[in-house]
Amino acid sequence: MQIKEYKPLIVAFCCNWCSYAGADLAGNNRLNYPAEVKIIRVPCSCRVNPMFILRAFQRGADGVIICGCHPGDCHYTSGNYYTRRRMALLFSMLDFLGIERERTRVEWVSAAEGAKFATTMNDFVEKVASLGENKRLEDLRCKR
Amino acid sequence: MQKITLESLVEKAVSLLENGTVTSVLGWKKGEFDYDITPAVFESADELKKDFVWNDFCGANFSKYLVSKTCKSEGKILVFLKPCDTYSFNQLLTEHRFDREKVYAVGIPCEGMADINKVKEVVGDGISKIESNGDDLVVTTIYEDAPVKVTCKDVLAERCVNCKSKRHVAYDELLGEEGEVIASERFDEVERLEKMTPEERFAFWQNELSKCIRCNACRDVCPACTCEKCVFDNPNSGVENKAASNSFEEKMFHIIRAFHVAGRCTDCGECSRVCPQNIPLHLLNRKFIKDINEFYGEYQAGAEVGLRAPLVDYTLEDLEPGEVFDRRDNNA
Ligand code: SF4
Ligand code: SF4
Ligand code: FES
Repeated sequence: MQIKEYKPLIVAFCCNWCSYAGADLAGNNRLNYPAEVKIIRVPCSCRVNPMFILRAFQRGADGVIICGCHPGDCHYTSGNYYTRRRMALLFSMLDFLGIERERTRVEWVSAAEGAKFATTMNDFVEKVASLGENKRLEDLRCKR
Repeated sequence: MQKITLESLVEKAVSLLENGTVTSVLGWKKGEFDYDITPAVFESADELKKDFVWNDFCGANFSKYLVSKTCKSEGKILVFLKPCDTYSFNQLLTEHRFDREKVYAVGIPCEGMADINKVKEVVGDGISKIESNGDDLVVTTIYEDAPVKVTCKDVLAERCVNCKSKRHVAYDELLGEEGEVIASERFDEVERLEKMTPEERFAFWQNELSKCIRCNACRDVCPACTCEKCVFDNPNSGVENKAASNSFEEKMFHIIRAFHVAGRCTDCGECSRVCPQNIPLHLLNRKFIKDINEFYGEYQAGAEVGLRAPLVDYTLEDLEPGEVFDRRDNNA
């Protein structure tokens, strides 16, 4: 039997108006970031319901990152301020339940910050990879 | 031991019924046993005199019942509210969940309610009768000849040991003496858990949450959970009403339940009271309350009508999600 090399699966929720374009820019500039990062485009970081994050973990994600416009720059004025509160509380709760805090992150990346997007993803993937597979919030029925 | 007497409550209810102020009364009535007191609606003086109960097991918070009771009825309903119930009352008003005009609220003092599980730890099973006698409960069981005395203070429910307020924040009329807001130690247990390693916390919650049988009693009783269409009733939600099939579903249910009431939970403690598996659900709620207090300033849901809940509010200087942990590590 061949043992597959472990590669973490990362789900990145990216706001359409900034981080998604930031990811595009990173690509155009040929900046590398790991292919394990799967981007899901959302209209605003505020669109991310805490349930999406739990679902991502259930379906096999090892880490979930939310990227939105910098505070003050949200296309809808205040969406990311709500994201900020909501995610601070959710991540704190996940930590309270004993789920590794390094598996979740919020990062503000603008459309001009292609380089920041790439470094953020590289860093996040590295952190999650060092933790190994997501065991504490996994659903065995969804294992690949 | 409750300071206010059953007679004075019945007398009040009868007089309000008879002078036409209210047409029905929301109160407590004996269930199968002396300790499973259930909420009931009374419509006549005779019913009140016959069935109305007030003792150390009248823990039920009536606020939530007002949602269904006021949307159907024409007349006013009388409701008895203990101090902690009045917070839920205000929170429901803030959310426009019932018609204040149709309610006559009578605040009553509370000396803390007994937890039947703690009584059972002392006297064992087979309780056939419980009576209050001064500061004691006199418990008769089918196995013992002589009744056993238990001091009320020793069997207080967790939420009453850590009671946050004996002051009513809403009422039309007050019976008995008004109390004060208390500096309780309700966050101590949350802090104890926060100090554990993630592995220990995970084991703790895995152990607790795996007991859940998904009876949904915690949701049904919660005065913050008043949506007519709940996600847990939706078969397409993936978290529908059924026993959890694995540990993921267990956690999912509890995270969702706690998150849905975050910032709106008044810490009334009803969820922990009704849980047949004795899961300490209040710890999840209190974790959110504690975090909200620490990150966004002291906030007590239901302290006043019209408060803006922390999750539908923000300031430009709010903490970044990442900073939450840095800050905690620095404090530790
Ligand atoms: S979550 Fe529990 S403590 Fe909070 S309001 Fe609902 S029943 Fe009361
Ligand atoms: S009341 Fe207890 S057993 Fe029932 S669903 Fe809630 S936590 Fe689970
Ligand atoms: S539009 Fe980008 S975070 Fe709101």
